[in-house]
Amino acid sequence: MIRRLEFDKNLEELRSLLREMGEHVIDALEGAVLSLQQHDTTRAQEIVAADVRLNAMEEKIMDIGSRLIITQQPVAKDLRRIIVAFKISSDLERMGDLALDVAKVTLRIQGQELIKPLVDIPRMAEIVKLMTTEAITAYLDENTDLAHKMALDDDQVDHLYSAMINELYSYMIKKPDAVSQAMLLTLVGRYIERIADHATNIGESVVYLVTGKRPDLNR
Amino acid sequence: MKSTVDIEKKTIIDIEKLDLYYESFHALKSMDLQIPEKAVTAFIGPSGCGKSTLLRTLNRMNDMIPGTRIEGKVLIGGTDIYGGGIEVESLRKRVGMVFQQPNPFPKSIYDNVAYGPRLHGSPPKAELDELVEQSLRQSALWDEVKDFLKKSALSLSGGQQQRLCIARALAVQPDILLMDEATSALDPVSTQKIEELVQELRDRYTIVMVTHNMHQAARVSNQTVFFLNGVIVESEDTEQLFSNPKDSRTEDYISGRFG
Repeated sequence: MIRRLEFDKNLEELRSLLREMGEHVIDALEGAVLSLQQHDTTRAQEIVAADVRLNAMEEKIMDIGSRLIITQQPVAKDLRRIIVAFKISSDLERMGDLALDVAKVTLRIQGQELIKPLVDIPRMAEIVKLMTTEAITAYLDENTDLAHKMALDDDQVDHLYSAMINELYSYMIKKPDAVSQAMLLTLVGRYIERIADHATNIGESVVYLVTGKRPDLNR
Repeated sequence: MKSTVDIEKKTIIDIEKLDLYYESFHALKSMDLQIPEKAVTAFIGPSGCGKSTLLRTLNRMNDMIPGTRIEGKVLIGGTDIYGGGIEVESLRKRVGMVFQQPNPFPKSIYDNVAYGPRLHGSPPKAELDELVEQSLRQSALWDEVKDFLKKSALSLSGGQQQRLCIARALAVQPDILLMDEATSALDPVSTQKIEELVQELRDRYTIVMVTHNMHQAARVSNQTVFFLNGVIVESEDTEQLFSNPKDSRTEDYISGRFG
């Protein structure tokens, strides 16, 4: 039989760690895009260095969740709470890695003038930051409506990404000497688009947590 | 409530609008439940919820308690066991029972297992020998006792005694085996052996078990029934009940919020 007080205390710790991981991802993405816009390699290096904290939080979630499964043998929604914490922490860890990849692009194009002012990338990043906030809020409040709304946000990101790719491809044809940097910028778009997919995965986890059924919001 | 369980297996026990009273105490309230054949059904719920009372209703063990009154039907293989013309002894041959405390007779291992068949007839020695061996094999005890069949059953360990009681119940070739907290007095290793045995037997017998150990229900049963205050709250495929119960009272109980 589950010892409720201890179990609830540990579940709260999982929730608090996931909230912290979400905040870390939002800060990392915001910083990474700013570093790219402002040629700020110091900021980019800070983001790369801070990633270990996110990994440590994911490991802590694995430790707490595993211990709860071993010692308390939870069932039903209690078990889903732990399974979902594992899944969400893994998504957030990947989101952090992708934000870090954006920061690494800043380091790779160090010293070069940007081939064009960034428009779509910051817009995508804004939506994805909002999606990350929504994902964590949906998880903390067990709000499936918000989880479903994120699928619409994801469509918007996909649309912007597609437009951005088309624009950069045209640019590469016109200015072959800009191909190298334009390729890196398409990668940045790809990284941000993938972060949105992981945020949508978190929405799916929330629906599974609440209903026990697995939806597909990433279509 | 009517059970919503959708089991492909044939129903062997069909309980319809069953009420049971001990004097003025209403112990089972308007219960409906179908129990599938050749599968394990587990009854769970807090103390006093009615799970053992319902189990004992299935072979009319409650008849022995003065002041017991029963309304409704318990159909086993289509026959109402509370209808007229039912011989309780032949019912109990068909519906065997294993209790919480192992209760071997103070006789030899062989005589314990042979007791039932002798009671229901006088089979020839060779036939009886074969029945005893078969029952002890089915209860996974044969290899441990085959050289000591004349030894007193009371010399066996608690776990062995309980498997002997299962062999004794199987020796009369029942269709249904009722187990009332049959492992709660046993150590974890003996409990595991009984659980493995239940899984072995479920292809040949219908097993209905009452257990206080929810994880045991999750491990060995096909269908789980949750009782509360004399009412069946939920009857469901075991995996479904423990992963996503339909009723919030079931969720609260299996999550340790009460009981």
